[in-house]
Amino acid sequence: MLSYAIRRVLLAFLILFVVMLAMYGMVFLVPGDPASVALGPRATPELKALLTARMGLDQPVAVQIWNFFRNAAAGDLGFDVWSRRPVLEVILEVFPRTLVLGLVALGWAVGLGVALGCLAVVWRGRPVDRLLGVLSVGMIAVPSFVVALYSLVIFSVWLGWLPAIGAGERGDFWGQARAVVLPAFAVGIGWVGYTARLVRAAMLEVMGASHIRTARAFGLPERIVVTKYALRVAIIPAIAIIAVGLGGILSSAVFVETVFSRPGIGTLITGAVQKRNYPVVMGTVLFMTAFYLLVVTLADLLIARLDPRVRDVLRG
Amino acid sequence: MSAPLIAPLIEAAGLSVAYRGEDGAPPLQALRAVSIAAEAGEVVGIVGESGCGKSTLAAALIGLLPGNAVVTAGTVRFRGTDFLALPEAGRRGLRGRHIAMAFQDPMTAFSPVLTIGTQLTDFQHHLAGQGRAARRARAGAMLARVGIADAARVLDHYPHELSGGMRQRAAIAAALLMTPEVLIADEPTTALDVTMEAQIIHLLRELRRDYHGAIIVVTHHLGVVGELCDRVHVLYAGEVVETALVDDLYHRPAHPYTRALIACDPAGLTGVTRPLPTIPGRVPELAPPPPGCAFAPRCTLATARCHIEAPPWVAVGPGQGARCHEARPRGCDPGGTDPKGADANGAIR
Ligand SMILES: Nc1ncnc2c1ncn2[C@@H]1O[C@H](COP(=O)(O)OP(=O)(O)OP(=O)(O)O)[C@@H](O)[C@H]1O
Ligand SMILES: [Mg+2]
Repeated sequence: MLSYAIRRVLLAFLILFVVMLAMYGMVFLVPGDPASVALGPRATPELKALLTARMGLDQPVAVQIWNFFRNAAAGDLGFDVWSRRPVLEVILEVFPRTLVLGLVALGWAVGLGVALGCLAVVWRGRPVDRLLGVLSVGMIAVPSFVVALYSLVIFSVWLGWLPAIGAGERGDFWGQARAVVLPAFAVGIGWVGYTARLVRAAMLEVMGASHIRTARAFGLPERIVVTKYALRVAIIPAIAIIAVGLGGILSSAVFVETVFSRPGIGTLITGAVQKRNYPVVMGTVLFMTAFYLLVVTLADLLIARLDPRVRDVLRG
Repeated sequence: MSAPLIAPLIEAAGLSVAYRGEDGAPPLQALRAVSIAAEAGEVVGIVGESGCGKSTLAAALIGLLPGNAVVTAGTVRFRGTDFLALPEAGRRGLRGRHIAMAFQDPMTAFSPVLTIGTQLTDFQHHLAGQGRAARRARAGAMLARVGIADAARVLDHYPHELSGGMRQRAAIAAALLMTPEVLIADEPTTALDVTMEAQIIHLLRELRRDYHGAIIVVTHHLGVVGELCDRVHVLYAGEVVETALVDDLYHRPAHPYTRALIACDPAGLTGVTRPLPTIPGRVPELAPPPPGCAFAPRCTLATARCHIEAPPWVAVGPGQGARCHEARPRGCDPGGTDPKGADANGAIR
């Protein structure tokens, strides 16, 4: 298990390394040199030379790449061109908001999705199962920003139950909680349907397995057969897919944060792109890639813990 | 077939089971008018080739037929009550506690993600009054009783960490946990090599000494039947083609299929024959089953009548019968044993 964990983490670092190389390559593909892009059309040649030197762009490429990696490893992602604050600081300031949004969305979506998937299995073939099937396809098909717009209009504008914009004041727990409801609803709803379908399919396969018949042959109540014996096996592939899907959650958070003008990674990166704030764009992408790799790696380790067979293959 | 005076402990009476065909295909008649019974203290064997319906019969006896199976006729009775007519809750109450099953293929019979201890503890849920620790201790004791050394450690193992023989022992231990009145063992030795098989047969023989319930052993291996059983039902293409005490079955088989099975039993061969003898031909299609005798196409004695007319059940001797046009009741057979006496002695040579 430990050697597997180490291998898994090394692999994550390798992927990160490749992503960073690719990102660095992108800087050279952008038309015009980064300094003039950063300074805009009104830049004087002196200013440009100054910035080029400060950004280290006058150095050989190998040195630039080395500096880029060295700085990134030390947590230095460069400076925000506009506010002149360190990029990492800017990211860390808004990241908790996105993380909360993602976790709340994932939490309610996966919880409800697993429950609905189990219900569909218990009542398979009945009208409830078919209704859930149609509903979950519907939930998957509707884009999250559409849900965000409609829920904003209905619950904030018409009914006035929940705030329409912002993320709540710092330290005001209830304000923040109320502010996260609609965005999390919009981000998560597709995942309810997705998880429900995933769990239903995995469960149906598992329910045909002979160990389920064994559990029934010992007269175990159906509730325990489903929640302990079947779900315990069926959840394993679901975890892997949900972890990979967290990338999808984060990208729909970009839209939803914009709709609700909610500070977060999404609003940060859209704002930075609009203002050509390349250090922030690059830093954010790098940061999110690292975060995503962290989640996928953790999910793999969790699967290894949940499935003793995987655990043993890894040990052996 | 011998008519018991009182209701047997468990019986299938005229049981017919069909699997629904997919997309309008005709149903597959896996069991046709099967009648078998088992008494307390008795070991009943069910033999037949792969696909003849043994597992279907075993599943019907415990009320766990797959969703696409339909009981088209007959009943299963436990202590005289119609098991299949009970509501699901009633059946669940009997399963594990009164009728237990050790499943074919112990490789997949246990959940791969829970330890043996957890599963054996869960299987005793009928003893909800006792705590988990007490039930786990019982599970450990039962594992030790079926001959698993180091039972306390095995409780913490996952199924894939055990050898095939150990898993089979664990499956038998699981079935015995609640000291059920009826123990059904589906192919208890099929997945094992010869040494392991001998060990499991030894275990089951020991069990029958101090276990007073009925044991139903399902197998395609005639040798297992000879070692373990008092009475045997031979199944062919979903029908019982012969019922006999084990001695009669070996020495005076009445059905040509039984004779062919005995001729093909590797344990009964003398000298080296290669390749191993087999019954020529294949098991017939069951959707729908052939008219006449299902074995006729492979039978050396078959006459024209066998191919068109279903054979009747012929009582050939005390406790022995065969479904065959050519079977004749035995006259005064000088070598015949009294079935009652054989029953009481356990009829194991
Ligand atoms: N769930 C099912 N759906 C459809 N047909 C089935 C199903 N289970 C079994 N059958 C068919 O029913 C017949 C009897 O199967 P069964 O499993 O009872 O045989 P068996 O004697 O136990 O064979 P084996 O020795 O291979 O275990 C076979 O033709 C099989 O293909
Ligand atoms: Mg079988």
